[in-house]
Amino acid sequence: MKIKREYMELGALATLALVLLVAFPLLLGGFYLNLAGKYLSFAFVAIGIVLTWGYGGILSLGQGIFFGLGGYALAMFLKIEASGSNLPDFMIWSGIKVMPAWWAPFSNIYITLAAIVLIPATMAFVFSYLVFKKRVSGVYFAIVTLALALTFTVLLVGQQSYTGGENGITNFTTFLGYDIYSHASTYAIYYTEIVLLLFVAMGSTAVIRSRLGNVVIAIRDREDRVRFSGYNTAAIKAFIFMLGALFASIGGAFFTIQAGLISPTVVGVTSSIEMVVYAAVGGRLSVPGAVLGALVVGFLQFYLSNNFPHIWLFFLGALFILVVTAMPNGLMGLLDRFALSRE
Amino acid sequence: MNFSIAVMQAFDGLSLFSVLLLMALGLAIIFGLMGVINMAHGELMTLGAYMTYLTASGFEKYAPNLMGIYILVAIPVAFLASFALGYALERLFVQWFYRRPLDTLLATWGLSLILQQAYRTIFGSGEVSVPLPSWLNGPWNLNSTIQIPLNRVFIIALAAGVTLGVYVLLNRTRSGLRIRAVTQNRAMSAAVGINTRKVDALTFALGSGLAGIAGCVFTMIGSTNPGTGQLYIVNAFIVVVFGGVQSLMGTVLSAFSIAQSQSWLEYFMSGSMAKMTMLAIVIVVLYFKPSGLFTTRVRS
Amino acid sequence: MGKLSRREFMSLGGATAVAGITASSSLLASSAFAAEPVKLGLLHSLTGTIAIAEAAMVDAEKLAIDQINASGGVMGRPIQAIIQDGASQPSVFAEKAALLLNEYKVPAIIGCYTSASRKAVEPVLNRKRGLLYYPTYFEGEEEDPNVIYTSQSANQSVVQAIDWLAKEKGKTFFLVGSDYVYPRTCNLIAKATLPKVKGRLVGEEYAPLGQTDFSAIINKIKAAKPDCIYSTVVGGSNVAFFKQLRASGLDGTKQVLLSTVVSENEIEGIGAQNAVGYYACMGYFESIPGAANQAFVKAFKAKYGQKRVIGDPMECAYNSVYLWKKGVEKAKSFDPQKVIVASRGLILEAPEGEVKVDEKNNYVWKKVRIGRARSDGQFDIVWQSPGLVEPEPFIKM
Repeated sequence: MKIKREYMELGALATLALVLLVAFPLLLGGFYLNLAGKYLSFAFVAIGIVLTWGYGGILSLGQGIFFGLGGYALAMFLKIEASGSNLPDFMIWSGIKVMPAWWAPFSNIYITLAAIVLIPATMAFVFSYLVFKKRVSGVYFAIVTLALALTFTVLLVGQQSYTGGENGITNFTTFLGYDIYSHASTYAIYYTEIVLLLFVAMGSTAVIRSRLGNVVIAIRDREDRVRFSGYNTAAIKAFIFMLGALFASIGGAFFTIQAGLISPTVVGVTSSIEMVVYAAVGGRLSVPGAVLGALVVGFLQFYLSNNFPHIWLFFLGALFILVVTAMPNGLMGLLDRFALSRE
Repeated sequence: MNFSIAVMQAFDGLSLFSVLLLMALGLAIIFGLMGVINMAHGELMTLGAYMTYLTASGFEKYAPNLMGIYILVAIPVAFLASFALGYALERLFVQWFYRRPLDTLLATWGLSLILQQAYRTIFGSGEVSVPLPSWLNGPWNLNSTIQIPLNRVFIIALAAGVTLGVYVLLNRTRSGLRIRAVTQNRAMSAAVGINTRKVDALTFALGSGLAGIAGCVFTMIGSTNPGTGQLYIVNAFIVVVFGGVQSLMGTVLSAFSIAQSQSWLEYFMSGSMAKMTMLAIVIVVLYFKPSGLFTTRVRS
Repeated sequence: MGKLSRREFMSLGGATAVAGITASSSLLASSAFAAEPVKLGLLHSLTGTIAIAEAAMVDAEKLAIDQINASGGVMGRPIQAIIQDGASQPSVFAEKAALLLNEYKVPAIIGCYTSASRKAVEPVLNRKRGLLYYPTYFEGEEEDPNVIYTSQSANQSVVQAIDWLAKEKGKTFFLVGSDYVYPRTCNLIAKATLPKVKGRLVGEEYAPLGQTDFSAIINKIKAAKPDCIYSTVVGGSNVAFFKQLRASGLDGTKQVLLSTVVSENEIEGIGAQNAVGYYACMGYFESIPGAANQAFVKAFKAKYGQKRVIGDPMECAYNSVYLWKKGVEKAKSFDPQKVIVASRGLILEAPEGEVKVDEKNNYVWKKVRIGRARSDGQFDIVWQSPGLVEPEPFIKM
């Protein structure tokens, strides 16, 4: 049974790789490929949520923060490049005369990439370690992260002269000299994203299968027993949470470059909750499911709002209810059940 | 800051307290006592607001000379409508999720999308407004410099009344005893013959009905549109969690402390800074008191 | 049903979906046209927080399209509206703009309300050589070659409003707005205007977007005792702000309140009894006299109901469709670039009176008016600019 399941997971991952690497680029035109790429940027977050929520039992309603950190870091780099020798346009309107000190480093691509990885990871680890040490968990953790997400958007909107405020950061042109909207770039960005996504997916699967993964599951189910056995459960949970934050940040960066903008509404409370929905729709215990969930919800929203612009929320809402009611383990859970019933 | 402003500022803190309290009471029952994360709670408030609007429109059309008292009718109407919707929701699907609290979050999120769209389809995308009876309109002039909004006085009184009512219901009646018994130990309550499913449904409906009253109040001081509920929901959750779930008294004290700090912070800082400071304080306090400011110890 | 093959069933499903799109936008004036319809994108938020303002703009645009179709279409072709929901989310606006230009190949889009959504759409227009008519008053500070701005830029409202207030009502000012780009820019302009009219600033406050309690700000206003309050509080917040102002006794008798964002639509939410006596500065009011406006108001109410009101952005949205028609007819082409060039100096007899696209930038010259809210939710026009006011995309400060 257990072995069969593992093969199924591997099979699903392989299928996914085939679809994303071969079928999509062949079948979808540039426009839809770009859309797919944008929706897949949420798959990074969703995989993180599978790890933290599905396996770690930690529900964060603030993943938008980390998504935003990555997204804004890359947006700053792209904006500086697009502005050439000038200051970014929104700084000029806001009466800023010199580049703020904390913006300047983002003109360097290596520092930017390091920031995308290190800032969210460090913040997530330190914050969550402190919080888990205090044994804040369950809904309290969910609400604290929700409050953080709210704080983050208030900060972004309020510091208009440094962050672009409600408008966010838009109007990028090139990335290291390459036009980011050219046909070739669309494909190059997409492939880079998929390779990284598969890497993240396989890495996460490996973590879940490892000894560490077993401990994480044990913590989810009976934390006190694991703690009494001598494990530093807070550190382990913080590590898992850090992974989730890191993935979210990478996703945010890919979102920025493919959507052509980042703004507070993309990283706020509503979006943070939607990110959890992606994972739930796909199946919160399944890494390939997370990817599937992000794609399905993304394209479904696109399709429904295109065809029923006035009433599409009815369908979307009904879908969420249906998923939770009929398929507690999401789309992948459904596949699972189907496969097992065939035995 | 002169004396008059200080008086009005103090009153505003009190008034914000009553607003937060009304907002959080329903959630304190549904989320605090029952442990259901109801993301559609904001939309239940919106229902109360729209019911108030309908009641006002009805009075305007059929009994214009009774417009002065329509609000007294609107409050029970709002309560009953949300109560009924809450009851139906609990029976239809919330009851299947008691063992999976985090799943309810998603299901009720879907529900809130549907409700928002339903309001948009029925009442239109724009705002609606509710006329205030003349005795609630405008200020009460204490002297030439101190003015107290009459509708806020009404809201404070209403909040006090509702809170007292909930307290009495939960702690002094047999139904309240059943509610407390079921939320504290379902298995044991069922064993002594309480119909737990019925109690669950009624408790959820009660919390929903309170949201309806809150919605009715918001139409007096704020906007009413299909998305109004979203403005309040996060704050409501923060108030309940800050106070410590499972404790009504905690919710009251939490609403009080948040309202007072927010009101004064806003006076001395810019709005965004005040909001951020407030949220930071909540997060820091929750860090030191992980299960809320005012918790009653219960054996789990 | 049982007799339908799977294939037939699928194609039926597709047909109903298509019928859904076309029916919902009520286009195609039956069989009057043999010509192939021309598509026009309408991109607004129909869901989410901004839908309260934007959904009504689609109604006005649909009215214009119906009228144009009934009178022969654009260059003999009927307009087919393609309605898309931007969902109050800038990234969705960008996505839908790309969809409209790429897949539906629309020659023009009318849409956006917030600057955030416009800023998100502009790079897409630039890449696909698209054309956007932007029908909302905004802060200016940009000149995108692919956008025609059909409402007031900041100098056409803020400068006029401050000037009028200082002359008529008093010299001390309190500025209050929501915390984002439009209010902050308007207030920058207001502060730059104050010295010229011998006005003095006594306070400036911003409330976070979505703020529902304004007591502290109201107390700050009371403490500062200004003659004039200039408000750029937007959205649902402005309903809360106005209701609470009135309840605290700031009813416009001692202090004058003027807003550049409150139109008849917002008054619907605020409630006429709460807004009476406050001022608004706009290009259009429903109460403007004259045959053109009366015909417009009558047609709108006949289509959508007697109770509906028309605010400034709705009229600008309506004008936008006609401006596009005129531009196309002058260019004798649907090509966006040609339409933009042909639109320079174009004059339209709109419900608000004459509006004229500038010769150099893509803003419009228009009259500016100040209205005082009445108890029926309409405005008494108390002042209007003697002639058309020149737009200044970048305010000279």
